[in-house]
Amino acid sequence: MIELSNISKYYHPGTVNELCLFRHFNLTIADGDFVSVVGSNGSGKTSLLNIICGSIGVEQGSIRIGGTDITRLPSHKRHRRIGRVFQDPSLGTCPSMTILENLSLADNKGKPYNLGFGINKKRKEAYQEMLHSLNLGLEDKLNVPVGNLSGGQRQALSLLMATMTPIEFLILDEHTAALDPKTAERIMELTGQIVAEKRLTTIMVTHNLRYAVEYGNRMLMMHQGQVILDKSGEEKQALTVNSLLSLFNEISIECGN
Amino acid sequence: MTIVLGIFEQGLIYAIMALGVYITYKILDFPDLTVDGSFPLGAALTALLITNGWDPFLCLLLSFLAGLLAGAITGLIHVKCHVRDLLSGIITMTALYSVNLHIAGSSNVPIFNMNTVFSNPLVNSIFPAEMSAYVPIILLFLLVLLCKILMDLYLKTKSGFLLRAVGDNNMLVTTLAKDSGSVKILGLALANGLVALAGGVMCQYQHFFQVSMGTGTIVIGLASVIIGTNLFKNVSFLKATTTVLIGSILYKACVAIAISCGLDPTDMNLVSAILFLAILVLGRLGGKKKVKLHD
Repeated sequence: MIELSNISKYYHPGTVNELCLFRHFNLTIADGDFVSVVGSNGSGKTSLLNIICGSIGVEQGSIRIGGTDITRLPSHKRHRRIGRVFQDPSLGTCPSMTILENLSLADNKGKPYNLGFGINKKRKEAYQEMLHSLNLGLEDKLNVPVGNLSGGQRQALSLLMATMTPIEFLILDEHTAALDPKTAERIMELTGQIVAEKRLTTIMVTHNLRYAVEYGNRMLMMHQGQVILDKSGEEKQALTVNSLLSLFNEISIECGN
Repeated sequence: MTIVLGIFEQGLIYAIMALGVYITYKILDFPDLTVDGSFPLGAALTALLITNGWDPFLCLLLSFLAGLLAGAITGLIHVKCHVRDLLSGIITMTALYSVNLHIAGSSNVPIFNMNTVFSNPLVNSIFPAEMSAYVPIILLFLLVLLCKILMDLYLKTKSGFLLRAVGDNNMLVTTLAKDSGSVKILGLALANGLVALAGGVMCQYQHFFQVSMGTGTIVIGLASVIIGTNLFKNVSFLKATTTVLIGSILYKACVAIAISCGLDPTDMNLVSAILFLAILVLGRLGGKKKVKLHD
């Protein structure tokens, strides 16, 4: 369960550029929910994820995950229970290290990073199996530096690395936005598969309305720091890309765009 | 012959320092100026301890530990006080100048006729007297080899993986639930430990400590790292640490050639700086491949 209560977030407080993004914002996400979030630029989608992950602080309010208050917890400690994949494929992996080294690094999350040997040879086959399931031919490239891979391959690897250790929450920040349509499709399939398999509570920000409609059991539309549409269950199933698009247009007209 | 020997000996001593600079500059992507202070720090501590009759090998270990501390301070200034990387190094480096003077007691401390790692009862009993000219190079080679192997091994540990990751992708370390700040502090500490160790060796090698001996250390370190990694970037069987060692010796050779062409030894730092500039410029030019245009 993720609970954001009474969150207020200001950018550039105390200056002429002061901007209040969230004012007394509340959101509760139940365990096992797969929430897709859409909204125009500047609506607060990514800020919402950053607030949950602790990348940015809040002026007011509290954030609780699984009943524990994490408002004051530094970002890296929150990530013990959270996995995250970014829009930029290079943020999820370490380019100068090989695929094997990257996987070993991610596999050790939650355990101490001590003077033990970095690569656990016993896990090599398991890694190859995981890579094989991606269907991108990476299983034969274990010793290739990740910097030599394409964006799609890196993003698939990022997704794998973010979810390979036991986590409870998965945060996806437009993770298909930088990929070509075919690769994006493959990454989304993979996402759905992993989320279902591991029963992760997931928040996915996306600009792709079709993904927002197809994936997840709940959909939020955000606008100017507020949730203006919140559909779940059957109502969510009934949503279509066209109905979302017309709603989008309405908002845009309101704003005078 | 003595000149060649000298180049190799000094090149090897600076190679230990360059391994440290490799950690900060290449792995952490942190321009760390602390080295100009931590190199003489190791030397100052060694000079003090040697004149008080301490074991020369223990002195090296303690120099390493002193360097660890200096690097950790730079790291803490950067991470906890949110001071920019370059400035954190400058702050520690400046402070260390006074610290070094305090430790050594004066700006110039000779340690002649004292036991050093190159000349002590143990070493003298192992090597026959006629080999004494080659004792420093043999010992230095072994010491550098030890440092290199330990560093290679460390970079393959889980902790080493995390260190490599933090310079490459800070965010990844955070999502792995680790504090990237502490990893940076650890890296800076290790790097300066090696630098101070090199300073301690240098002090025992040249038989004196001089407060100004650290000036330009960072240039030598960076030049060694850049020469080594650029020159051998397409030679895959050489580890990066090995290329840094070779780079250090090559750089010392370049400086020695320049000096032997009639330049005054007081011009050493000027030569170092100009050579470093030349390496940077040549490295850029070499990186660009000529493209032939058809029509």
